[in-house]
Amino acid sequence: MWIRIVWTILFLILGPFAGGLLAGIDRKITARLQGRRGPSVWQPFYDLLKLFRKQAVIVNSIQDFLICGFFIFIVFTGALFFWGGDLLLVFFSLTLAGIFFMMSACSANSPFSAMGAQRELMQTMAYEPMVLLAAIGFYVCNGSFAVSDIAQAHLPAVLYLPGVFLGFLYILTIKFRKSPFDISTSHHAHQEMVKGITTELSGPILALVELAHWYENVFLLGVIALFFVASSWWTWILAVVMCIVCYFFEILIDNTFARVKWQEMLKTAWSVTLVAGAVNIMIVILIL
Amino acid sequence: MYLIGFLICFPLIMALLLYLIKNDHVRKYFVYAACGVIIAASVLFAVRQIIGGANGTYLRNTHLIDLLMSGVELVLFGVIVYYSIRYRKYYVVFIAAVQEFLLLWMEFFGPEIAHPTAHIYSDRLTLIMCLIIGIVGCLICIYATGYMKDYHNHHKDFKNRKPFFFSMLFVFLGAMYGLVCSNNLTWIYFFWEITSLCSFLLIGYNKTEEAIKNSFRALWMNLLGGLAFAIAIVYCRLVYQIDGLQELVLMGAKGVLVIIPVILLAFAGLTKSAQLPFSGWLLGAMVAPTPTSALLHSATMVKAGVYLLLRLSPALAGNLAGTMVTSIGGFTFFATSLLAIAQTDGKKVLAYSTVSNLGLITACAGVGIHEAVWAGILLMIFHAVSKSLMFLSVGAVENCTGSRNIEDMHGLIVKLPKLAFVMIVGIAGMFLAPFGMLISKWAALKAFVDSKSILMVVFLVYGSASTLFYWTKWLGKIIAVVHNSEKKKDITKRSEWTSLLSQAVIMIILCVTFPIISAHLIEPLLSEMFHDTIPVIISKGNVFIMAMMLCMIAILPIVARLLTHTRRQKVVLSYMGGANTGDDRNFVNSFEQETKMYLAGWYMEDYFGEKRLWRPSLIGATAALVILMIIAIGGAV
Repeated sequence: MWIRIVWTILFLILGPFAGGLLAGIDRKITARLQGRRGPSVWQPFYDLLKLFRKQAVIVNSIQDFLICGFFIFIVFTGALFFWGGDLLLVFFSLTLAGIFFMMSACSANSPFSAMGAQRELMQTMAYEPMVLLAAIGFYVCNGSFAVSDIAQAHLPAVLYLPGVFLGFLYILTIKFRKSPFDISTSHHAHQEMVKGITTELSGPILALVELAHWYENVFLLGVIALFFVASSWWTWILAVVMCIVCYFFEILIDNTFARVKWQEMLKTAWSVTLVAGAVNIMIVILIL
Repeated sequence: MYLIGFLICFPLIMALLLYLIKNDHVRKYFVYAACGVIIAASVLFAVRQIIGGANGTYLRNTHLIDLLMSGVELVLFGVIVYYSIRYRKYYVVFIAAVQEFLLLWMEFFGPEIAHPTAHIYSDRLTLIMCLIIGIVGCLICIYATGYMKDYHNHHKDFKNRKPFFFSMLFVFLGAMYGLVCSNNLTWIYFFWEITSLCSFLLIGYNKTEEAIKNSFRALWMNLLGGLAFAIAIVYCRLVYQIDGLQELVLMGAKGVLVIIPVILLAFAGLTKSAQLPFSGWLLGAMVAPTPTSALLHSATMVKAGVYLLLRLSPALAGNLAGTMVTSIGGFTFFATSLLAIAQTDGKKVLAYSTVSNLGLITACAGVGIHEAVWAGILLMIFHAVSKSLMFLSVGAVENCTGSRNIEDMHGLIVKLPKLAFVMIVGIAGMFLAPFGMLISKWAALKAFVDSKSILMVVFLVYGSASTLFYWTKWLGKIIAVVHNSEKKKDITKRSEWTSLLSQAVIMIILCVTFPIISAHLIEPLLSEMFHDTIPVIISKGNVFIMAMMLCMIAILPIVARLLTHTRRQKVVLSYMGGANTGDDRNFVNSFEQETKMYLAGWYMEDYFGEKRLWRPSLIGATAALVILMIIAIGGAV
């Protein structure tokens, strides 16, 4: 019990630091890949602090209410995950958070943010099946949806679920908002969507969104780690290494692919889910 | 026992009275009183059942009532023949005549059954159904009193047939009570046919060409189901010498080969619950006034179909009949949730979502293990309330704004804040964690994985994703805050508000109290149905976490206030590339002219439209249905 509480508190306190650092390293590596020097790895923290100090410029008052909902439920999602809660419930809560986010963009009644919200919704529809299948995959291997049970398995889940892992990696590109699937909003300027779903957000409210994304990224890497951890101690090292490898892989993809249309995203994401995810689970059900 | 009799007969008597009352005002009070009595009687019945605990079986010998029923059935047949000939739909006469002949022959020349079954049977499923029919059904009737007045003000060209309309609503309620309380197959069939005929008459209320076309579609599809039902009755009596549903299910659960009648009854259930390929009739039913749609979609009609399937579920476990029901249900869930994405008409989205949710309940019933049936029953309860709430609020919005198109609901939260709020409750109840339906979807997912049906899992995960899409899109439309928009005049009547608010409150209460409902109603019911103890379906810890999520949503406004309170905020217009013309409704285009901005949702007709998906899903479902039925029946013979 105590260990679970420690994990949760660690996530709540260290989550933003890890997330921010990850963003800083991301920017550094991306710059180097593009032949630039890039900002300091602490730059995201400076940005965040500056945003928090700015005056809030809002379009309406429902907006910040909804963004708060988004922030709270993202943090809740991560906390529930690191506490060792039910994986399906974790993902449901993640979806709820996402809906708060989209609703805030819709409420602004702005062409760019409304478009961004629709695209974000399309992204959600594209990745949702794979996310649920990942939870089911863990359940099939371990007979439990609880993260605390899954982390205590004899063998790392990835041995049974290589397809599910690959599928999850695929939709992770959508979740990390990396090219080719950064269609709802993007880190890069100069796009037809302005800033997409976050166009109408500014100052402290935008800072809250940024912070929520840091938490979310740490949580998502936690799910990646869950594929590798088991009862032996060395699997934890393996998991950390694999998280780093996966994140680097996503950065690489981000820098080598052009953005695609939503049709491509939906088709490929659903196909990968079906072929890699569902077939993998079917085989596991047959052999276990 | 007398209470059951009262529940069946009272609505029918009221129907007769309402048919005779021509004055609007008097009728209104009659409807209120009748609804009050029915709700009270249903609740009383439920309380007595829960306290008394025992299940009841009543009426073994009922020769007189049987004769009476045969008489009424002949009259119903006459009505069908009359309408079919009047509108030249002769194939309907044919389907009706075959089943009528079969049943009359059975009644008068069929073999005597040595141990006739109790005609009335009641257990906790009956009780749940009675509460749904009583409370949701009556709230819809109350809503109808206010709604129909506005309806006829808006549509002067339709003939005012209100007495007939209200009398049909109450016949419907009475027939539903009869259906869920009966155990004798012939009795169930009798009430089953009444509901088919009632829905036919209600759908055709406007007597426009479209209404008549759709009502006949509803009739022939439901009569086809009725035909399968009639054959099942005959088969049961001739081959197994039984005439009760419980006996049949018991035989099926014990492993006796009863697959032929079970699959025929399941087929009837599929037609009534509008599963593919029979979804057409329910989608067509939306031409009728809103209370009819609400009644057909939530408390009655389609619920009769899934009720029968849930009753049959122990006999469906692990055989081909179950496979058929599950496959059709799962496929329907998936296909119709995709189809719903492309719809702009609010009522049509609701119709597709009904079919889709019923598909999920059907799939749960077909799996036939207790987790699945648990999920199915809970889904049925939540769906009844939230769908009725959604239909009625769409109807109210239509009366206020003159449109039920989702695109026209843009900015509803400012225009009609109260109705928008009710709608948000309804939508949240349909798909969001931690509210209602999601809990049952969760249990269903678990059950599908446990029963190793990977195909169902695939249908469920993809279907959930598209369900999420169309509901969120709708929610986004409602919640948009448009500058300078004026509040519209809310002409929703008191009776309509009573109904809407009570349903919203019931919805919220259900979300909070579902563990209690599960522990006291559904779990005991399942242990009777499956004759064993029920494992924990959603653990205490998870219920606690969901309660926590609910609390978080409840305190969210306060937290948001705290987080943003300290800073001074500046309110600005939304960004339009710097070309706003004073508000966020118009912008300056490249010719320096003012253009009105219009934000459309994504409907993607080319990908998810009826033109593209309807026919393939119909063909797929028909093929699956026919093949599986042939294999199942062929294997049994």
